[in-house]
Amino acid sequence: MQQLNSLTREAQALAAGIMPLSRNESEVGRIMQICNACRYCEGFCAVFPAMTRRLEFGKADINYLANLCHNCGSCLHACQYAPPHEFALNVPQAMAKVRGETYSDYAWPPLFGRLYKHNGLTVALALAAGLAAFLMLTVLLVGKGFQAPEAGNFYSIFPHNLLVSMFAPVFLFAALALTLGVRKFWRDVSPGRASLAAGGEALGNVLAMKYLDGGHGQGCNNADDAFTLWRRRFHHFTFYGFMLCFAATGVATLYHYLLGWAAPYALGSLPVVLGVAGGIGLLIGPAGLLWLNVRRHPEQGDVAQRPMDRGFIVLLLLTSLTGLALLAGRDGAAMGILLALHLGVVMALFATLPYGKFAHGIFRSAALLKWSIERRQPNNLQLGDD
Amino acid sequence: MNPSSIPDVLVIGGGNAALCAALMAREAGASVLLLEAAPRQWRGGNSSHTRNLRCMHDAPQDVLVDAYPEEEYWQDLLKVTGGITNEKLARLVIRASSQCRDWMRRHGVHFQPPLSGALHVARTNAFFMGGGKALVNAYFRSAENLGVKIRYEAPVSRLELKDGQFVAAWVGDERIEARACVLAAGGFESNREWLRQAWGQNERGEWPADNFLIRGTRFNMGNLLKFMIEAGADAIGDPTQAHMVAIDARAPLYDGGICTRIDCVSLGIVVNENAQRFYDEGEDFWPKRYAIWGRLVAQQPSQIAYSIIDAKSVGRFMPPVFPGVRANTLEDLAAQLGLDAGAFVKTVSDYNAACQAGTFDHTTLDDCHTNGVSPAKTHWARPIDTAPFYGYALRPGVTFTYLGLKVDEHAAVHFGGQPSANLFVAGEMMAGNVLGKGYTAGVGMAIGTAFGRIAGNRAAMAAKKKQGEYRAAA
Repeated sequence: MQQLNSLTREAQALAAGIMPLSRNESEVGRIMQICNACRYCEGFCAVFPAMTRRLEFGKADINYLANLCHNCGSCLHACQYAPPHEFALNVPQAMAKVRGETYSDYAWPPLFGRLYKHNGLTVALALAAGLAAFLMLTVLLVGKGFQAPEAGNFYSIFPHNLLVSMFAPVFLFAALALTLGVRKFWRDVSPGRASLAAGGEALGNVLAMKYLDGGHGQGCNNADDAFTLWRRRFHHFTFYGFMLCFAATGVATLYHYLLGWAAPYALGSLPVVLGVAGGIGLLIGPAGLLWLNVRRHPEQGDVAQRPMDRGFIVLLLLTSLTGLALLAGRDGAAMGILLALHLGVVMALFATLPYGKFAHGIFRSAALLKWSIERRQPNNLQLGDD
Repeated sequence: MNPSSIPDVLVIGGGNAALCAALMAREAGASVLLLEAAPRQWRGGNSSHTRNLRCMHDAPQDVLVDAYPEEEYWQDLLKVTGGITNEKLARLVIRASSQCRDWMRRHGVHFQPPLSGALHVARTNAFFMGGGKALVNAYFRSAENLGVKIRYEAPVSRLELKDGQFVAAWVGDERIEARACVLAAGGFESNREWLRQAWGQNERGEWPADNFLIRGTRFNMGNLLKFMIEAGADAIGDPTQAHMVAIDARAPLYDGGICTRIDCVSLGIVVNENAQRFYDEGEDFWPKRYAIWGRLVAQQPSQIAYSIIDAKSVGRFMPPVFPGVRANTLEDLAAQLGLDAGAFVKTVSDYNAACQAGTFDHTTLDDCHTNGVSPAKTHWARPIDTAPFYGYALRPGVTFTYLGLKVDEHAAVHFGGQPSANLFVAGEMMAGNVLGKGYTAGVGMAIGTAFGRIAGNRAAMAAKKKQGEYRAAA
């Protein structure tokens, strides 16, 4: 252990001249130096091939590698140096801790980065605020009693322009905050120019969740050393469900402004079909992810981030639940309250996008693009054995 | 024990050979109990530290390029063992290595292309994805799924034998019967007292083995091996023979594994604690020479040596696990390493002066060599003159021992030249039959896989025969 301590000290001293590493970043640096001398895990994912292109690990390298890691867990269960070995290597956990710092360090505006520290609370407060706001609005706008003034017509409760004026600024702010955050990250990891091939490959890796396949196609680890494809599948349900819901909203917006067709739309219409399909995906996916998250091996990943993970999952689940409930009950007496619930959840989801688990998709995609660029560049190390 | 609760096959050990034996016996229809000495998190013995399997193949095969025919494999074995091998058994292992990988895959083992930094074995060796611990995990999962009973923290201290046949094994005070048994409990490299005795005292009055580090598992105490030899089983091999490489002196006492190697020896010079060079550092490519350096360091005073390079070599060898001791002057480097500065500077100056101009190329046996210094450095000899300078302390690191039990092609344990009817042995406990000395990458796993599978199959057959005898008697 003395050697390891001195190694850590040296890494810190080395780093001090360049950019001070946080404790979690130093741990990743320590681990990567050991991994780089072993390399058994090269076939699992992109992290280890990216590691072999380096001899030293600075702050930017560490944040890049941490976000390239998908927390599939393969390298933990396969590691000859994992605890109880005195090297005590736990790559997925160390990477997860740094990712948490990446999200908060690169958050925009910087002050809001703190929201990650107690993200479960952040999400809960946002949800409570969203629900409260819309329930109160409902009471205010409808007056006493939740009577459906017109079957299925949401705008008879919340006028269209009122909804746009509430959601558009929140959504645009979220998009801006995420863009500015990832732009700073992108500059720090100095990726170089993206070719069409690199961009296409990265996009494919994002859309297919390539690195949850374990490198051999049998999937990643969850509860133990056995492989499972369910995490990848449930993530696909979640991601594509989310995208379908997003598409439903997009199509409805076009209908409204371009074609002048106002909601409500018929059950067989494109926005409703997309929304229902997406809603079902967003029901199955997050439910499965939550189940896997509960069963996940405690050493795989950072337990302290579970409130963030689960907060986001639950928010997605509530979005689809309330959305589908609204569709089912839109012609009934409860439409008003169902609408308020759904809008409250969606508002909380949008508001917390740049300060919650959602950010992982943005930073991971950026890291994957950097990897696709980097692996096309010549390797300037000349290690003798090759 | 009533007869129905007696397992057909008892497997003693929890590494690659033991698991191959358990899986084969189970596939042959036998009930199997496997006893692993280590707790679950340390299971797998030395197999957890391995990374590949040396495979014969006549044409490119998934992760293997070109061809590696039987004859070439055999010649490689003949060369590294200096002829201390058994051609019949060796060829059996070689042929088995060409056929076993589909079976391995069926039990969940995945292969990956050669690791960066290991392209020199891209043709001969198939790498396990995730390394040996991933392989061990896959085999344990498959064994559990097939109904093999597994017990951890169950070290076997002795066996009950009758007329050269296995009767029962003892774990502490517990007696465990079985109809047949496979011994696959590894060598004795973790047993420091045994290593001390085997290596003895040198002419300087030192006990060299006291300064050895063990690259592998801490659980290979060799108790069962010792018991078997004392019980009259035929032994093979020399107890002082061990696979030994020069590793970073700061490595842990056990389980340092692959990452503790130091790959810069051929790029610089190596001195002992008197700051004297003692062997040609540039004799051949490092992967072909690293296995002799453990023994070379073991012969030096205090069993320590120092690999010295300068700034020119940084980035030209596999990154070491611990950073080197770094200094801007040779005097400072000597001081930090605890060497006599005068003697060290003289050794380096003499060497530098002897370096002949040439075209340095660390990927070929280049023409950079010394003239007029002893020992000579025959390749990659460049003056050590560019600060910063780096030093890495080296110790002998034992991977495994070669002393084992003599077997035939059926993996049977022998007593006085006669094969046992129901006691078999596989893995490190018999690798010495094929590998009397020396080593080449991936051959240990090839022997363990081949003989583990044979032993498991034979044990299942022997158990069936026993059950038949039991029924006939009843």
